[in-house]
Amino acid sequence: MYNIKARGVLIEGNKSYHDITRDVTNPLLAKKTPSWWWITAFLATSMLIWGVWGFYNTITVGTGTWGLNNSVSWGWAIINFVWWIGIGHAGTAFSIFLLVLHQKWRTSINRAAEAMTIFAVMAAGMFPLIHMGRIWNGFFVFPYPNTRGPLWDNFNSPLFWDVTAISTYLTASFLFWYVGMMPDFATIRERTTSKIKKAVYNVLSFGWAGSARGWLRFESAALLMGGLTAPLVISVHSIVATDFAAGVVPGWHSTIFPPFFVVGAIFSGFAMVLTLMIIVRKVYKYEQYVTKKHLDAITRVLTFVSLIMGVAYISEIFVAWYSDSPYEMFVFFKNRTVGEYAYSYWAMITFNAIVPQLFWFKKIRSNVAIVFIISILINIGMWYERFVIVVTSLSKTWLPSTWHGYSPTATEIAIYVGTIGFFILGILLFLRFLPMMAISELKGINKETSIVTENTENHE
Amino acid sequence: MEKKYWQSLENYKKMKKDGSLKSEATPEFSIDGLEESEVKGKSSRRDFLKMMGFSVSAVALVSSCQMPVRKAIPLLHRPQELTPGVPNYYASTFYDGDEYCSILVKTRESRPIKIEGNELSPISQRGTTARVQASVLNLYDDARLKNPMKGGKKSDWKTIDKEIKQKLEAFKNDDKKVILMTSTIISPSTKKLISEFTTLYPNVKWIQVDTLSMSGMRKANETNFGKAVIPSYHFENSEVTVAFNADFLGTWLMPVTFSKQYSKGRKIKEGQTKMSRHYQFETNLSLSGANADYRYQIKPSEEAAVLLKLYNEIAKKTGNSVVAAPSVATKVNKVAKDLLNAKGKSLVVSGTNNVEIQLIVNAINNLLGNYGHTIDLNTTVNLKQGNESGMMEAMKTLRSGKAGGVLFYNVNPAYACAHKNKFVKAIKNLPLKVSFSTTMDETAALCDYVCPDNNYLESWDDAEPVTGSFSFTQPTINRIFDTRQFQDSLLTWMGNNEAYSDYLENNWKNGYFAQQSQFSSFDKFWFKCKQDGVYTIPQEHTEQPSFSAAKLTAAKPEGKGLELALYEKISMGTGRYANNPWLQEMPDPITTATWDNYVTVSPAYAKKHGLEQEDVVTINKKIELPVLIQPGQAEGTIGVAIGYGRTSAGKVGNGVGKNVFTLLNTEGNSKKLMGTLVTLEKTSKTYPLALTQTHHVMEGRPIVRETVLSKFVKDPGAGNEEHKKFIESEDFSLYPAPKFDAFQWGLSIDLNSCTGCSNCVISCQAENNVAVVGKEQVKRGRIMHWMRLDRYYSEMEDDPEVLYMPVMCQQCDNAPCENVCPVAATTHSDEGLNQMAYNRCIGTRYCMNNCPYKVRRFNWYEFVNNNSFDYNMNSELGKLVLNPDVTVRQRGVVEKCTFCVQRIQEKKLEAKSQNRELRDGEILTACQQSCPTDAIQFGNLLDKESEVSKSNETERKYHLLESLHTLPSTSYLTKVRNKNA
Repeated sequence: MYNIKARGVLIEGNKSYHDITRDVTNPLLAKKTPSWWWITAFLATSMLIWGVWGFYNTITVGTGTWGLNNSVSWGWAIINFVWWIGIGHAGTAFSIFLLVLHQKWRTSINRAAEAMTIFAVMAAGMFPLIHMGRIWNGFFVFPYPNTRGPLWDNFNSPLFWDVTAISTYLTASFLFWYVGMMPDFATIRERTTSKIKKAVYNVLSFGWAGSARGWLRFESAALLMGGLTAPLVISVHSIVATDFAAGVVPGWHSTIFPPFFVVGAIFSGFAMVLTLMIIVRKVYKYEQYVTKKHLDAITRVLTFVSLIMGVAYISEIFVAWYSDSPYEMFVFFKNRTVGEYAYSYWAMITFNAIVPQLFWFKKIRSNVAIVFIISILINIGMWYERFVIVVTSLSKTWLPSTWHGYSPTATEIAIYVGTIGFFILGILLFLRFLPMMAISELKGINKETSIVTENTENHE
Repeated sequence: MEKKYWQSLENYKKMKKDGSLKSEATPEFSIDGLEESEVKGKSSRRDFLKMMGFSVSAVALVSSCQMPVRKAIPLLHRPQELTPGVPNYYASTFYDGDEYCSILVKTRESRPIKIEGNELSPISQRGTTARVQASVLNLYDDARLKNPMKGGKKSDWKTIDKEIKQKLEAFKNDDKKVILMTSTIISPSTKKLISEFTTLYPNVKWIQVDTLSMSGMRKANETNFGKAVIPSYHFENSEVTVAFNADFLGTWLMPVTFSKQYSKGRKIKEGQTKMSRHYQFETNLSLSGANADYRYQIKPSEEAAVLLKLYNEIAKKTGNSVVAAPSVATKVNKVAKDLLNAKGKSLVVSGTNNVEIQLIVNAINNLLGNYGHTIDLNTTVNLKQGNESGMMEAMKTLRSGKAGGVLFYNVNPAYACAHKNKFVKAIKNLPLKVSFSTTMDETAALCDYVCPDNNYLESWDDAEPVTGSFSFTQPTINRIFDTRQFQDSLLTWMGNNEAYSDYLENNWKNGYFAQQSQFSSFDKFWFKCKQDGVYTIPQEHTEQPSFSAAKLTAAKPEGKGLELALYEKISMGTGRYANNPWLQEMPDPITTATWDNYVTVSPAYAKKHGLEQEDVVTINKKIELPVLIQPGQAEGTIGVAIGYGRTSAGKVGNGVGKNVFTLLNTEGNSKKLMGTLVTLEKTSKTYPLALTQTHHVMEGRPIVRETVLSKFVKDPGAGNEEHKKFIESEDFSLYPAPKFDAFQWGLSIDLNSCTGCSNCVISCQAENNVAVVGKEQVKRGRIMHWMRLDRYYSEMEDDPEVLYMPVMCQQCDNAPCENVCPVAATTHSDEGLNQMAYNRCIGTRYCMNNCPYKVRRFNWYEFVNNNSFDYNMNSELGKLVLNPDVTVRQRGVVEKCTFCVQRIQEKKLEAKSQNRELRDGEILTACQQSCPTDAIQFGNLLDKESEVSKSNETERKYHLLESLHTLPSTSYLTKVRNKNA
């Protein structure tokens, strides 16, 4: 399976099982919260508070506080929604796809990636809510028996599919993530000296005893949920893509969108995992768990996905030309590529299709700083992709008399920044209170693939 | 009771037979329909839940429903004509000093809410203008004076009457002059009253003042025909119309009448080979210029020379002598040829208030034999009777110190005057200054007494806009405030206790009633007059007065220098309605700008001088205005709209735009809009302009489809090839075609008839409670109008052709908006309407994105009761104009055109209650009803005999963006220009 000779070990540093337990749980058990944590948490909270102001302003004053208009009725909120959903793809993609593909190197990353998914999807979920003109009537979107006569939801509407897909995805991802953590909660429970922590982690672990039967159930539950969640990775972003593809707007109405969105989501998700793990491995000194070879593997995936993105961009342009529709041609040849928002189109092309190709060079792949920068550029590029889709299309649709530009207002920016704050804060809490890597699974790959030493017996 | 168990089947049967088993199964005391617990008086779990449910909901109901208690006292005796929910219509007359229109006023529960055109009027017919439509809002204007004012303070009529009467008496005895300055009065009864007033007070000198005078035409007609009149024009008889700086479709003289007449010659049907031709020579691009077949750009100073050149061309061909004329580049031989081919069936008009020019125009019309055919000097137009000399004499009197007082009725010289500072100074020390203004306008603010006149919807009056055609004004609501009609004030000061309504009635009784023979009783006659709103005395056909030639001269055109061409905007006019938010927010049909005036410069001029749109420039180093780059603006000229820069109009109109009346051309003692030489300088400032449309060409898309007459004659489907292609190869679907049982409402718009006057926009706004959003929101692309006028330029930058297209919800049968709404807030009715359930809408705005026509509007803010939007919907008074049949939309919901579903419903119910079928043409949408050119048809598409079906039968019909297969219920008919191919 994993060729040690060719690729080296998965966990470096000749770790014992005890070392692994200690390395993962120590940051959680530490009495003192590190100062960088507090500083980052302060910054994240400030961002969140600004975002709360944005929410407040929107709800009390109206959607008019945004930069939208009668022609461009969707803007930053939808862009950011799709962007966050895309990022929220990483966890599931890591856990499921790499599991199916027997890629054991995922083990040290998947837990963090799943946590990222949860917070990203939650951040994403805020946008459709705040985006509603009458948020207080938002419950109308759920199909529940009501007293309004035969009024029911419109099952033809992609927005309704969205509601279903995203809530399902969030629930499934959360369960998958949580169940995976149960044995680790038990480990912490055993190791902590604080009584409160013991009690809390005991409850969180559902009284996990580590029995053989428990492990058996655990494994089959994980497998089942993994199998059930796998299609969701495809469905969620396909359905988000139909928000656009089911519309008549030139530049939206395109059958390539569902696969294109899924690939884009995996792309941005992986990039975000890269960004996050580069920071975490540095801060927590996990270089031996998240090794350079991990980073290398992710960059290789990104290189490949970036090629798919490039092909998608080219095929969009080709199809616009091939369709012979003046409206479609206008979108690509007169609007996106050369129009007033051309900068966003070229940012998208550069950051998504061209820059990741630098990963073909080993020197670049192995330079953590450059990898970090590129991972961020990819996320910027993916943001611009959504901007291109939403804004450039809407600003110039069928009738030239209705063309109107769009630029965001402080309120919209605040809400976006707020969700970033929320995301960072969530990750920080995760890092502080929950096991960041799956201890048992790490031990599994340690034993299997590390070079066996004398110390292996020396575990708890 | 002890239970019994059966032991064998035999035993069971026995038990069943003797009933012991039955008594076991039923409860001890069973009462039909009641449960055990109820009988026993105990509560079961079920009851508990019921009671809890009731009490929780009761508490919730009581605690949440804090509806404000408003007391309404019902009428003790309901007036016979008043049924709540049923509108009453009263015939009345709109006349504001400039513009005349015969109207029907729709009142609901005794308050006027909508103005419609009066079909019975031979003058305005069913048409209205935007200003007429918006005038109903003036009734509910917060700026209206609520009581008489003395020295800027609240007073009462008794005191004021006493003091004014005293002063008038004193001046009479001292023989001190008193000037009564009014707008043009077209009311015969008011004229009689004024003459009686001046007889009683011989020191009172009455003058009529027009903000924009037409004295030049009157003088020219006096010279040529011996009658200082404005003739009636008959554009419908004209096959070739040539207009010089006269926007007769937009603002000149009687735009409603002229639009109606003009459209008659422009309507075209299959098989028809002729259509009237329209040439426009003008400086600014006007609405008439936009509709012209050929448009020539001339400078104001060139107008006389061009006209004289045209005269000479025609004179040469008709064998008349040629007059010496300065040379000018504009070519006129084509125009001359067309005019000569249509002798007696052509018309030349000029809107310039210049005697020389009007003399040339008369001479040309005379050569062409147009008098008696397209121009009728015997039936005169009584509008614009003002004369500059009258005003100059008055000024002389005022300054001489011999004057004692001045009374202002319906004029505002402190604002709308070229020499307003001189004027203000002249009246400053007068002992008596009285204004009859309804608001504290610029002039009223200078007066000692303000005796606020009623709104015209609260007044009695008559009018004779055109000789022999009378119309009546009657109140449609009791006076809202302590105001008094101008005529009543005069009567009071004359010591006459008669009310003006009686005076009016008596005047008619003794005058016109006596002259007619149709009615035997005056009551019947008067009732008929009030009911119809109009009364016509047939004019006998008489010979036109003979033409006596005058010497024709034309000044040499200015070589250099920037010529200013002021103009009236269709919405704002002379600035009378500056406080009307509907008109302020009405997009100008040419520039699509709202809420401002600006300097229009040609693209070439802008390029040469490095001007960009919204750059601020100074005119004559004094007036700062932003630049709007206007294709079609004549080279070497700039245009600015008058009617802006009011300082004392009210909260809406104050400080909107700049006052440019000081730039009027007063050369030769006549007020002319055009021809002042000015300088223009660029400043470093910019100023935002709120345009509703910022992209002006169609990008080669088949949006407005047009052709020329010669091609149309050969193939009625010319220009509409896309539609053919669609029908042949694209009109199919995987889904079954939508089916309707009884009605499928459809609308058809004839692009050839639509002039773009925009009055439908305001009509729709008044009918459907459309909110005003203010300049900033318009600038941000959030105007709420349900109906808009798309205006496209052909791609020639400096000399564009202009195309108009009214766009409202197309009510698609295959609507892209409907299937994307997650909560089914917008659905299709079984009558083909695309309906919005405001209550259900949660505001995802997906429908707006998916609507290819972009006709959906979102309530970005709460526009009602919101101080940030301080227009009529933020005022208790202003809200009275709201149509009770149409929901006022909440913040956060999407709204759009409904084809006036409330009107459809009303007429359907009416037909049902009368047990008959709905007639075609019975339902009129608001836009259709107000259209002066009948460009809009509405009806049932399933009825093949309906007007709308008939117009859909023609080959000119197409749907907007039909290749999308949205299957709209709205269709358009191609535009046909009468141009040589």
